[in-house]
Amino acid sequence: MPPLVTLSGVAKRFPSGTLAVERVDLAIEAGSFVSLLGPSGCGKSTILRMIAGLIEPSSGRIDWPGLTEAAPTGAHPELGFVFQEPTLMPWASVADNIRLPLRVAGVARAEADARVDEAIRMVGLEGFFRSFPRELSGGMKMRVSIARALVTRPRVLLMDEPFAALDEITRFRLNNDLLALWQQLRWTVVFVTHSVFESVYLSNRILVMSARPGRIVEDIAIGAPYPRDDRFRVSDEYGNLCRDVSRSLHRALAA
Amino acid sequence: MSDDVPRPRSRRDSLWLKIGAPLAIGIVVLIAWEAMVRVNEIPWYILPGPLSIAETMVRDWHMLWPSLVNTLQVTALALLVAVVGGFSLAVLFASARWIELSLFPYAVILQVTPIVAIAPLIIVYVDNLTIALLICAWIVAFFPILSNTTIGLNSADHNLLDLMRLYGARRWQILWFIRVPGALPFFLGGLRISGGLALIGAIVAEFVAGGAGSGSGLAFRILEASYRLEIPRMYAALFLISGTGILIFLSFTGLNHLLLRRWHESAIRREG
Ligand SMILES: Nc1ncnc2c1ncn2[C@@H]1O[C@H](COP(=O)(O)OP(=O)(O)O)[C@@H](O)[C@H]1O
Ligand SMILES: [Mg+2]
Repeated sequence: MPPLVTLSGVAKRFPSGTLAVERVDLAIEAGSFVSLLGPSGCGKSTILRMIAGLIEPSSGRIDWPGLTEAAPTGAHPELGFVFQEPTLMPWASVADNIRLPLRVAGVARAEADARVDEAIRMVGLEGFFRSFPRELSGGMKMRVSIARALVTRPRVLLMDEPFAALDEITRFRLNNDLLALWQQLRWTVVFVTHSVFESVYLSNRILVMSARPGRIVEDIAIGAPYPRDDRFRVSDEYGNLCRDVSRSLHRALAA
Repeated sequence: MSDDVPRPRSRRDSLWLKIGAPLAIGIVVLIAWEAMVRVNEIPWYILPGPLSIAETMVRDWHMLWPSLVNTLQVTALALLVAVVGGFSLAVLFASARWIELSLFPYAVILQVTPIVAIAPLIIVYVDNLTIALLICAWIVAFFPILSNTTIGLNSADHNLLDLMRLYGARRWQILWFIRVPGALPFFLGGLRISGGLALIGAIVAEFVAGGAGSGSGLAFRILEASYRLEIPRMYAALFLISGTGILIFLSFTGLNHLLLRRWHESAIRREG
């Protein structure tokens, strides 16, 4: 089977002159949970935004051999994107926020209602249909943001440090729920994080990046079986993996 | 699902202080004014007391009321045109940068040129006095709506705009789903200013029209009363004008609260 998406010699220099990403060659398999791990400012978001088609690489190319449709140019219904901030419409209820992509796509009302229902249940926000974003806690807002990404039934979920602003307990809970959804729905996830612990817990593959200009310097497979849960979090295996990945990250920063 | 749920904020706002305190000040001032007039035996044709003004208002109500209606009509109509015009122009500005760049300076020029200086010309060129007043009121009223709404339309969350692009949204969808609702608080802020300005524009234009006066708005009543040295009626008309201004301000503040209370910081009550 061909990989879902490939990046070949992708680099990004911003008009300001900043070389954010130096040269990335990468193939992502369908169904994998890949983390991009690196220090802040190393170009993780830039890579994710290029994959999403929101910005163009200044050299190299991005292909989607694993998708039946043509390569994304700006619009891509098979992609879901979750930002670090919940990025909700403050004037709209939870249900209307989640419905946004369906309204844009012109999905019929009844069908849209059913899909919004489904998405709200998946993220565990039953009973908050009519709440407004400001009435929700940070963790709940992030759940709304994830539900909005799910409602289009994407095949690829791109997440840019989605839990970085949350407290640890909420983050652990969202990690578990995300993993459960991933196992159930079998999307491909590209997950940006600067946390070694989070990347090890979630992913089956970690791409370790150097400081700016960003390059992928190590490609680590995390073989621990799923489902992973709180027992995995306290296991020796997890501790060892975290130590290995931390070492890689240090090497990457020294390089 | 057991993330911490924020509790609704308690609403022990000191409402009576907000209404009661200014009201008390007003009553004290009125009493002091009446007392001063009586103690010093100031004649009514120099400074009438509040009671004499109230009496005049009741006695001359048959002429003041039509004038009030007249002024209100001009103000409301000018505001309506300002809202429609200002909003549409702002949408036009937001849709193409070159339109904004080429037209905005002229909107500014229109705004910074004092209306008293333009009004005589407009009154000369426009035969129908009501329409001339309307144009004057509109010129002063539309700018805050235009500039506020333009800022609002341009201040949409960039990530949200990216997301819309990812969904393949069309321009009108981005405008209608994201930019316009986001601009609402800015628009309402502009509306609150414009409401007062429309009244000012209408009154100023009426003063300028002055003697040409088939007009019968409140400003005309003030002019007319001043020629006849009917000072209490001047005060009565003046009070009606400020009352109208206060009413306009309060109703737009109320509208602001009604529309934004569930989501915008400006309309949300806080504890403490
Ligand atoms: N639009 C932009 N214009 C100029 N420089 C940018 C832009 N976006 C990001 N950068 C720069 O590119 C580098 C990488 O940014 P980013 O991809 O956001 O890093 P990360 O997500 O890993 O923290 C940073 O130095 C940042 O300042
Ligand atoms: Mg980032």
